[in-house]
Amino acid sequence: MKSRESLPSWYELPIGGISRPNITPESKAGWRFEKPVIDNEKCIRCRLCFLYCPDAAIVESDEKYTTKTGKTYNVSYKINYYFCKGCGICAEECPVKAITMVPEV
Amino acid sequence: MTQVYKSKSLATLSSNKAVAKAVGQLDVDVIAAYPITPQTTIVEELAQMVANGEVKAQYIHVESEHSALSAVVGASIAGARTFTATSSQGLELMHEILHITSGLRLPVVMAVPTRALSAPISIWNDHSDIMNARDTGWIIYFVSSAQEAYDTVIQAYRLAEDREVLLPTIVSYDGFLMSHTYEPVVIESSEDVIEFSPKTWKGYIEEGAVAIGTLASPDYYYEFKYQQVEAMKNALRKAEIIDRDFYKKFGRKYGLVETYRTEDSEIDLLVTGSIWSSLKLAIDKARSDGLRIGGLRLRLYRPLPIDEIEKILAGKEVLVVIDKAISYGLRVAGPLANEIYTNLQSPVKIKSVVAGIGQRTVTHEDLYKVILHVYKNKDSPGFTKHTLFYGVRGVEFDG
Repeated sequence: MKSRESLPSWYELPIGGISRPNITPESKAGWRFEKPVIDNEKCIRCRLCFLYCPDAAIVESDEKYTTKTGKTYNVSYKINYYFCKGCGICAEECPVKAITMVPEV
Repeated sequence: MTQVYKSKSLATLSSNKAVAKAVGQLDVDVIAAYPITPQTTIVEELAQMVANGEVKAQYIHVESEHSALSAVVGASIAGARTFTATSSQGLELMHEILHITSGLRLPVVMAVPTRALSAPISIWNDHSDIMNARDTGWIIYFVSSAQEAYDTVIQAYRLAEDREVLLPTIVSYDGFLMSHTYEPVVIESSEDVIEFSPKTWKGYIEEGAVAIGTLASPDYYYEFKYQQVEAMKNALRKAEIIDRDFYKKFGRKYGLVETYRTEDSEIDLLVTGSIWSSLKLAIDKARSDGLRIGGLRLRLYRPLPIDEIEKILAGKEVLVVIDKAISYGLRVAGPLANEIYTNLQSPVKIKSVVAGIGQRTVTHEDLYKVILHVYKNKDSPGFTKHTLFYGVRGVEFDG
């Protein structure tokens, strides 16, 4: 913890306490600090993440995917990081723990 | 686009209509207001101008004054030049947003024709509403004629939007006594008006996303509030410069404190608003009796031009401060009198007088009686100790 004297003076702070976000400022997800990552090997295509996402940031695509064990799926799930706020609901709901939350920085 | 006046012209306007005229010429982007007496005719006039296509502004219909100011706060953040107006209970309902507007440093301009507060209900004039807004961090002008109301709105936008100021500004004047009485007003050409107060405010989102209304911990909050202290100092300096520039361009000058016959006066009376013209008559009458009386009118109330008042009062004997509001529970019960008491570094005796509450009529004859009372009693012990509640039934008055 810094001592109070080393903090910025009144003339060094932005006026009105208006501040710019530190992370991904150009997206709609300026406050995300962890992002979800889907493991396509573990994913069973149950669609729960797609249904639970409060911001419709999970996209269902028609891409085919064959796992290392030889199972082929006709759909894949992807995350639109432009909108994803990093709430982690998808990772929490995933029944096979195929989604992990990875720190942004 | 603004309402276009190609050249200077003369019109008969109330202070409310004069304010609406100025706003119409100043290329305002967003107007939001809720009707309340005696403010309504300002926004009525502006709504008409917008509906007729004379003013290209967004006119937002809101459900309360709290929402009216909130709407213009949002618009101002986005870089719009904004306007709102209210009175009395409306200003009280806005109160929490008043602090937010100044805290966010938004150059919102608001007209406040002053009115008494409930209960009991009074739609008539006094200064109770505006006095409750004195510590909200807004710049507050007190004007005393329709012409001055028109001119001050033009000055207010330039002051509020100044990079070294960035503070919301109230232009206030007496409800009914001014808001609904008609006077001749010189309307300047729209080209000159916008040239004097060009739109310089760009808002906060030009460079991308920002966080507005953030939390400031005890380690930071104090510094943000001190920024407002410094901004007010700049506002005092700039207000004087703007008034001088206004004189150069339009030929009308008000100053921050107006004086009348103070060169050789012994007793001076300090007032705000429309009572000024009655006071001048009373001073003339007292002068013809051989009494050395002078008058001061405070035009800028926040920031308070106390240095200037100090200079004017050098060597004077008594200053009578007339308030149209009451600070209940104080021996000196006039709010303005209190501020002069505490800020003035001068040996002048200060006498607080309360008058005109709920628009109880104060004529030049009443003011003449006050002058005589002060003249007779100024040397008696304890004279300045209590406020004189002038004109209230059941209180003794020796005039």
